[in-house]
Amino acid sequence: MSTLDFSFYTWANISNYLISGLYFSVSLTIAATIGGIALGTIIALMRLSNIKPLEYVATWYVNVFRSVPLVMVLLWFFLLVPSGFYDLFPGETGQKYRAEICALITFIVFEAAFFSEIVRAGIQSLPRGQMNAGQALGMTYGQNMRYIILPQAIRNMLPVFLTQTIVLFQDTSLVYAIGAYDILKGFEIMGNTFGRRIETYLLAAVVYFAISFTLSMLVKSLNQKIRIVR
Amino acid sequence: MIEMKSVSKWYGATQVLNDCSVKINKGEVVVVCGPSGSGKSTLIKTINALEPIQKGEIWVDGIAVHDRATNLPKMRSRVGMVFQHFELFPHLSVADNLTIAQVKVLGRRKDEAKKRGLQMLERVGLIEHQHKFPGQLSGGQQQRVAIARALSMDPIIMLFDEPTSALDPEMVGEVLDVMVGLASEGMTMMVVTHEMGFARKVSNRVIFMDVGGRILEDTTKDEFFGNIEDRQPRTREFLNKILQY
Amino acid sequence: MTYWQDVWDRWQFLWEDRGDGVTYFQWMISAWGYTVAVAATSLVIALVFGILIGTLRTISGHRVISAFAAAWVELFRNIPILVQLFIWFFVISELVPGMKSLPGFVLACCALGFFTSARIAEQIRAGIQALPAGQRNAGLAVGFTQFQTYRYVILPQTFRIIIPPLTSEAMNIVKNSSVAFAVSIPELISFAMQTQEETSRGIEVYLAATLLYALTALIVNQVMSFLERRTRIPGLTPQAQGAH
Ligand SMILES: Nc1ncnc2c1ncn2[C@@H]1O[C@H](COP(=O)(O)OP(=O)(O)OP(=O)(O)O)[C@@H](O)[C@H]1O
Ligand SMILES: [Mg+2]
Repeated sequence: MSTLDFSFYTWANISNYLISGLYFSVSLTIAATIGGIALGTIIALMRLSNIKPLEYVATWYVNVFRSVPLVMVLLWFFLLVPSGFYDLFPGETGQKYRAEICALITFIVFEAAFFSEIVRAGIQSLPRGQMNAGQALGMTYGQNMRYIILPQAIRNMLPVFLTQTIVLFQDTSLVYAIGAYDILKGFEIMGNTFGRRIETYLLAAVVYFAISFTLSMLVKSLNQKIRIVR
Repeated sequence: MIEMKSVSKWYGATQVLNDCSVKINKGEVVVVCGPSGSGKSTLIKTINALEPIQKGEIWVDGIAVHDRATNLPKMRSRVGMVFQHFELFPHLSVADNLTIAQVKVLGRRKDEAKKRGLQMLERVGLIEHQHKFPGQLSGGQQQRVAIARALSMDPIIMLFDEPTSALDPEMVGEVLDVMVGLASEGMTMMVVTHEMGFARKVSNRVIFMDVGGRILEDTTKDEFFGNIEDRQPRTREFLNKILQY
Repeated sequence: MTYWQDVWDRWQFLWEDRGDGVTYFQWMISAWGYTVAVAATSLVIALVFGILIGTLRTISGHRVISAFAAAWVELFRNIPILVQLFIWFFVISELVPGMKSLPGFVLACCALGFFTSARIAEQIRAGIQALPAGQRNAGLAVGFTQFQTYRYVILPQTFRIIIPPLTSEAMNIVKNSSVAFAVSIPELISFAMQTQEETSRGIEVYLAATLLYALTALIVNQVMSFLERRTRIPGLTPQAQGAH
């Protein structure tokens, strides 16, 4: 059994290998959460719209993405997004960061399916009377959603959104499948470079754990606060 | 048969039993009453150690319940208990509810246990429901099955915690009938209830508990109902309230 | 006509020999078998540990035990499955004597099983805590030991409550088995990636793999709803059984 040696974790090496990876993992998480919630809300509203074609499309969207592994979806998008799309980005960035851009698109589209289910549950958990009350005041469907339903539903959904974001953060490690440079990739390259895979994977686990655990503690205390307010 | 000596219990800083002493002899029927929150349920649950106590002693048929070394499951198997909300096992059929503890706790053979269980079911008048599940029975029927479940363990004493208070009024009678029958056969019973008719009819003694977990009265039935003037003010107040309608 | 001919032709690679006497179709079926085998084995591991840990979390009065169970849950659910997989393959198998000789399949199942055990433990705990407290007392009152109370009263009821969340965990485990490609387990994703490279029939290959995943999800769903119907208790409303 070899002894562990962490001495190669110098500041220089960390900033060389890890910082940009961590930056990508975190930005991917934030962007996919925001984009996923936006797209997910649209899909949830489609599903609840009582307009058959919209309902149908939204239901299929959710069911498809819920029954296929994220890795598979990543591969699909990597295959299908045309090369021309990446040229839309200024200069060389598009081609240079193909995997990263593709990962971002995939995550928004994929996570939207899951966020939409949270939004739908949040809206449906409101008492029917709220919708009726809005209608009785003469509000349109859109006004009702905008001013009455969503503001209430969002309060209920906030903790669930955050929980989903923790899951999403962990899922970002799966960009491994298309070779995007995230924090895990940084650790992997570092481990191979210095011949120290044991230490790098251990530290990767510690970093992911520290971030996820902190976030989940935050969600817990938020939950308690919300409970008190009510 | 049962003896509680200076039993006290606290939940954190709040005291729920305050220096309670009770003695119940073989064949006695003791009714416990008192306002909500006075600790009646807590008191009765300490007897089979469902609630631990911090001070005092409890003896059941010579067994020291308060002693940490006591084999509690063995003691509990000899004490039958009936709950306010029946607490039949909803995933088991009526017949299985009656036999499972006989087999797993007393080590009886399956057929033997079933025979005993069905005898008791017969006695509470529900033999035709043996294959049903608890959820398919009315509240009164469930409570009678619960009594049969406790009886089929051949207990030396039966504890009842408000056995009729979760029942619709028309079902109270069928449960009380079973209990009256038990009492007349000489079963030792401790019954938390507000059914004063039951207390009048079959009890030997009545215990009155007041908020804070204190036993205010412990007298014979005749004394309790016969000499209202001699009762404590709190007891009179309570009796007036529940006998008002 | 030529369009359909073209579509037909594009799928012909399935019957081609991969180079070692195995056609791509045969490989695909074996890859599907790996996916199912990894998922099924991991599910067994996850259930065993999940039930154990989830139950331990509800036992009151044993500080050390409940701290251990809580730590287990936090550890296995706050590290991504892919990282856990690498830890089993490159850390644990290096550091723990004897693990080196274990086949990759076993390590992958350990990783996925333990990862999922934390989620199942949480569901078991929630299920147990959702039962009325009186049931525990009723079990103890008839003379059951704590163990017997769990065995005969609490857990049988908990299992019925948690069948719906267990269904989604079983589906998740099928999906999560896809990470095993990263340690060269020849499951569906490995098949899809390699065949895509070798044949350039990306769309067809991915479509086939995707459909197999969807089919697996469908089967899992059917099995679980069969289980739910089989274990339904007469007279208990779905509400009381905790269905959502
Ligand atoms: N787990 C607990 N933690 C803290 N306090 C408790 C707990 N259980 C009961 N109590 C308190 O103990 C006191 C006695 O409760 P108990 O249930 O024995 O009353 P009771 O006389 O049976 O009332 P009721 O007629 O409503 O059933 C009450 O004030 C109650 O609030
Ligand atoms: Mg009570």
